Amino acid sequence: MRSYAQLALAGFRRYSTYRQAMFAGLAANVMFGLLRTSVLLAVVGAAPKEGYDVPSAVAYVWLGQGILAFVVLWGDTTLAQRVRSGDVVVDLYRPWHLQAALLAEDVGRAGYSVLVRFLPPVAIGGLLFPFRGAGPGTWALFALSAVLGLLVSFGIRFLLNTTAFWLLDNRGVLGLYAVASTLLCGLALPIPFFPGWARDLLWATPFPALVQGPIDVYLEHGPQWTVLLHQACWAAVLLTAGHFVLRRAVRKVVVQGG
Amino acid sequence: MGEPVYRRLVGARLRGQTAYRVSFALDCLAQAIAQGVELAVISVLFRQVDALGGFSVSEVVLMYAIASISFGIADMAAGQLNELPDYIRTGKFDVLLLRPLGTLPQIMVSDVRLHRAGKILTGLLALAYALARNDIAWSPWTVLLVVVAPLAGAVIFSSVWVVASAVCFWLVEGQQLTSTVTYGGNAFASYPINIYPGLLRRFMAFVVPGAFVAYYPALALLGRDDPLGGPALLGWVSPLVALAAAGVAGLVWRFAVRHYRGTGS
Repeated sequence: MRSYAQLALAGFRRYSTYRQAMFAGLAANVMFGLLRTSVLLAVVGAAPKEGYDVPSAVAYVWLGQGILAFVVLWGDTTLAQRVRSGDVVVDLYRPWHLQAALLAEDVGRAGYSVLVRFLPPVAIGGLLFPFRGAGPGTWALFALSAVLGLLVSFGIRFLLNTTAFWLLDNRGVLGLYAVASTLLCGLALPIPFFPGWARDLLWATPFPALVQGPIDVYLEHGPQWTVLLHQACWAAVLLTAGHFVLRRAVRKVVVQGG
Repeated sequence: MGEPVYRRLVGARLRGQTAYRVSFALDCLAQAIAQGVELAVISVLFRQVDALGGFSVSEVVLMYAIASISFGIADMAAGQLNELPDYIRTGKFDVLLLRPLGTLPQIMVSDVRLHRAGKILTGLLALAYALARNDIAWSPWTVLLVVVAPLAGAVIFSSVWVVASAVCFWLVEGQQLTSTVTYGGNAFASYPINIYPGLLRRFMAFVVPGAFVAYYPALALLGRDDPLGGPALLGWVSPLVALAAAGVAGLVWRFAVRHYRGTGS
């Protein structure tokens, strides 16, 4: 257990070394936040739509801008690259559970991203626009929901990465996820804006757990426990699936000489 | 020197990319889906409202289509500038300086991203739809505008890419700053500019001349008055804006390269 805590700490430190890149990334994040706020306010400005008035639309946009880096919305390719290069053999040798180790590192990364990728855009959105506030209890539930969202996101990313064991070049798969995730997770638009069938279809998948779920918990749209239950179930399913897929995948690994 | 060299370089890049057919097809598909996502966003928005900034869904699709064709071409031509920090950090940029060709064209042709064709193609489909759905007073002049506007837009976006990338000569890790005006510029130009608040609009519309990519040409095509009170002439000047932007981009690039210092690694 202690080694996993140290991995988390290492993940935290690793991402805190690139400061210039961090400020540049923040500028891009804020620009997209401003553009998205403008479009959404043009929609809900005159009259509230589907439970979104101006303050909750603002909260929706800026919480989304903050959370997208926390859950790595566009996916990551670390494990897939190590599979392609063959380095994964070394990872499998080590006295750890590979999935748990990667999760520990991801938790450390996410912890760092709260400080530099979540709090600044949310603070900027709150300063520039009327931002719907919430009590400490709601913030706590939001934090819980965001952590569950992180687990679901890790589960999805891990499974996507393990496709590299079979496909070797799985960049197409990861690329498709990167372009589709903004819409499926509810970052591009609030899922309540979608037609009824699309709403039901999306909530039958794990994707809303990443962005729309935590935001629904924050805005108290619908009962909060249903969102948390949705996230917890999908986190359990995806992490278990990841465990078994990895066990199968390991048998596919061929160590080539050289 | 000159033309034949570039033609041969571009030809070699294009052949290289089509060598891996499946990967190339998936890339094109991802581009087309990304475009589909953006169109889905517009159609879902218009489930909630009848007009955005006073413009109907087919009018917004017209702006979106012109912006995305422009951006698709610009991304194909200038998108490779995103790798500039890498050139500077690894010292590859020094190699470019040694060759008897311009540094900017060398980077631009170093990877012509053909899979961006997916974006241009779906943009053209959206444009065809928008032209059919809107009531446009066709004349030789409007036909010319339909052809010229995306090309002028592509020159504007490419110039923005060059100017913004030049920042990387001073801030090596500043690549994301470039994205605020390149990808951000595309997002800005896809919607009627009167929905954006004052300062943001003035910066993205006129400093980054994003308003001349799609908004003003679309107004001229639709024969509509500018809700912001601009003169009707603005719809026809985007080629001039593009020329001016390209001139500024050339000057900024030359200035930046003159101040280039290797990273010493």
